[in-house]
Amino acid sequence: MNFDDTPQEAEFRAIARAWIAANAPKQYEEELRKSSLGRTQLKNANILEVAKAWQKKKAEAGWACLHWPKEYGGRGSSPIERVIWQQEEGPFGKLSHMFIIGHGMCGPTMMAFAREEHKRTFLPPLASGEKVWCQLFSEPAGGSDVAGLRTRAEKDGDDWVINGQKIWTSGAHYSDYGILLTRTDPTVPKHKGLTMFFLDMKSPGVEVRPIKQAGGASDFNEVYFTNVRIPDHQRLGEVNDGWNVSLTTLMNERMSIGAGVATGFPELFDYCSSLMLEDGPAIENAAVRAKLANWAVKASGLKYTSMRAISALSKGERPGPENSIGKLVAGSMIQDVATYALDLQGAAGVVSGPEDAEVAGRFQAMLLRAPGTRVEGGTDEIMRNIIAERVLGLPGDIRVDKDVPFNKIPTKGRG
Amino acid sequence: MNFDFSDDQKQLRDQARKFLSEECSPKAVRVVLDGKAPYDSDLWKGLAEMGFLGVAIPEEFGGAGAGHLELCVIAEEMGRANAPVPFSSTVYLAAEALLIAGSDAQKKKWLPAIASGEAIGTLALFEGKGNPSPKNIKLAASNGVLNGVKKPVADGAIANFAVVAARTGASGRDGDISLFLVDLKAAGVEVKSLTNLDPTRGQAEITFKDCKAEPLGAVGEGWSILTQVLDRAAVLCAFEQVGGADRALEMGRDYALDRIAFGRQIGSFQAVKHMLADMYVSATLARSNSYYGAWALSTNAAELPEAAAAARISATQAFQHCAKNNIQVHGGMGFTWEFDCHMYYRRANAMALGLGSLSYWEDQLIDRMRKKNAA
Repeated sequence: MNFDDTPQEAEFRAIARAWIAANAPKQYEEELRKSSLGRTQLKNANILEVAKAWQKKKAEAGWACLHWPKEYGGRGSSPIERVIWQQEEGPFGKLSHMFIIGHGMCGPTMMAFAREEHKRTFLPPLASGEKVWCQLFSEPAGGSDVAGLRTRAEKDGDDWVINGQKIWTSGAHYSDYGILLTRTDPTVPKHKGLTMFFLDMKSPGVEVRPIKQAGGASDFNEVYFTNVRIPDHQRLGEVNDGWNVSLTTLMNERMSIGAGVATGFPELFDYCSSLMLEDGPAIENAAVRAKLANWAVKASGLKYTSMRAISALSKGERPGPENSIGKLVAGSMIQDVATYALDLQGAAGVVSGPEDAEVAGRFQAMLLRAPGTRVEGGTDEIMRNIIAERVLGLPGDIRVDKDVPFNKIPTKGRG
Repeated sequence: MNFDFSDDQKQLRDQARKFLSEECSPKAVRVVLDGKAPYDSDLWKGLAEMGFLGVAIPEEFGGAGAGHLELCVIAEEMGRANAPVPFSSTVYLAAEALLIAGSDAQKKKWLPAIASGEAIGTLALFEGKGNPSPKNIKLAASNGVLNGVKKPVADGAIANFAVVAARTGASGRDGDISLFLVDLKAAGVEVKSLTNLDPTRGQAEITFKDCKAEPLGAVGEGWSILTQVLDRAAVLCAFEQVGGADRALEMGRDYALDRIAFGRQIGSFQAVKHMLADMYVSATLARSNSYYGAWALSTNAAELPEAAAAARISATQAFQHCAKNNIQVHGGMGFTWEFDCHMYYRRANAMALGLGSLSYWEDQLIDRMRKKNAA
């Protein structure tokens, strides 16, 4: 048992470290290091522009999308090299946020299902960050129940005509392309009548409306489709096989390991280390210490769980199911951590403006963004179902709509 | 990076699991649970024959000389089987104290006897309520003679010898504490069994009256040695707790698959599924923290104090959580003497206290994290 690199891994790490030291946008390092959930803007620069510039620089030197094949803009690296890169990239990795969906989900789906010419055209600019992609799955009537989506795609000559509405589309407002899951046959059970496409987000009939979140920020959008035409060659997978295509996308979402999920613990530990309470330093207060210790072991437990997965990658093995706990644990933890940080501030905790609030309002911002982390990318409840069913082998939920034609499924609850 | 046990170590785990599934069935555990024997002496002999008792004891002292990672995988299986033997007292506490502080003669006398199963050892630390602290040690030692009472002492009624923490000074500092080795069959030792939460692991009160004892380690070094022993035992106990948590989770999962209510497997209800998923989460966090503890223990890393405290807290929580909710999944049957659920519940809650309670270790963890940050 050891944490040491193999000679090859050490060599790769040294090269990555040297390149980052020479090329990373150092002027933002401190600010990025201090940024936390709900507070990810830069003071004197547009973070999207900084992110695009960094991604382009990486791509030109062969450091973008490391695990992708070279012909599609990647480096052809092994999974462990990708993890080492993420470790070395450190706070600059936070600049990759706007590319996560494109690189983690859209790219792999294109690689698996798009025509070769499309892969060669669309994947390199996706890797280099010149083009940003989004994923159009969720709908008002299909959140956790994604397969309940209603956006229609109807064949018209060589095109498909799209009508409907998507919601919770991260980054749609700055995206150039998207992958889109639609219903092509409402007369068969819901999973069997879906088809996947990719499209230009500037297509006529696409309208993007930002959603103002509970915290005030707008990371997500509603996207409306009115008679949007998509040529058939932009179809991904067979007609009515979109559910299987989407599973590839979602599987890739859950395969990403090593970036580390935000728990809020380092921020809270720092804060308690300097905070003075009436009777002395917070860190010396027994009640505070008990709380901190409980979160400390969750944070370290997650860290070493991902180390175990990385070890499996290093040996060329497939990681076990342990990593599925990350989002579930971190999501509610960061919410509790933020709540507690405000509790320690007493009445002053209510002040949230960065100029007047304690530690520039980072915990207030965290609190207001936190509810979303327990919902996006699979709610806590869906994550527990996944663990129960796929890891522990418990029965799937009873699905009363499983064998019912989609257009015969009830659409209203009460009334 | 290889943050995992080696293939050989995994093979040893399989071997231990097979051995314990044959020699330490729930039926065998129940012999001790029902008070028909103070511990399973046949299993103890078997463990010695398998080389498990001395796996981390150097060859020159009669052990296998393998190492602490090997001991960790065996500990996990001992916890999984809920083994009714004085393994943790003898191997994690007494043997570790001897390895850290024993003279050559002391090691030669006791370590081979531990490895061969002839000697059972324990640590006599607590004196009634309270957590490990020099202040709580009143038992007096002067001129090699002990006077005072220790309780609870794990496996005290079946142990041949004890490492006893005693007061040799009154300065109010850690240096007031020294350790002594006591042959429990010697004159001046009185042992009384105590009824306790987990009858598969005995607890005792030991009274020392003008009892002769030899120092273990230098006088005044007792607290520093104890701290090291407790950290090492915390990691090893964490593996027992991880094994117990996994077993309790499996029992709950299996029952949820077998039991039908309202015309369905109860494991198809989300309330039950989600409870089991949460048990898996705590068991996984505990396992990962314990792996880090194992790494620190086996390499004697500077991170050991912090890693040991984290493993201790995480594994204690996980075992308590899984044992408690295993009963909940079983419903009324889980609350019967007949079902095995309560054996894990008892063990989980007894283990949560044995090396000092959760609140003590929480406090320790934050202290140690601060020290690391300051350094």
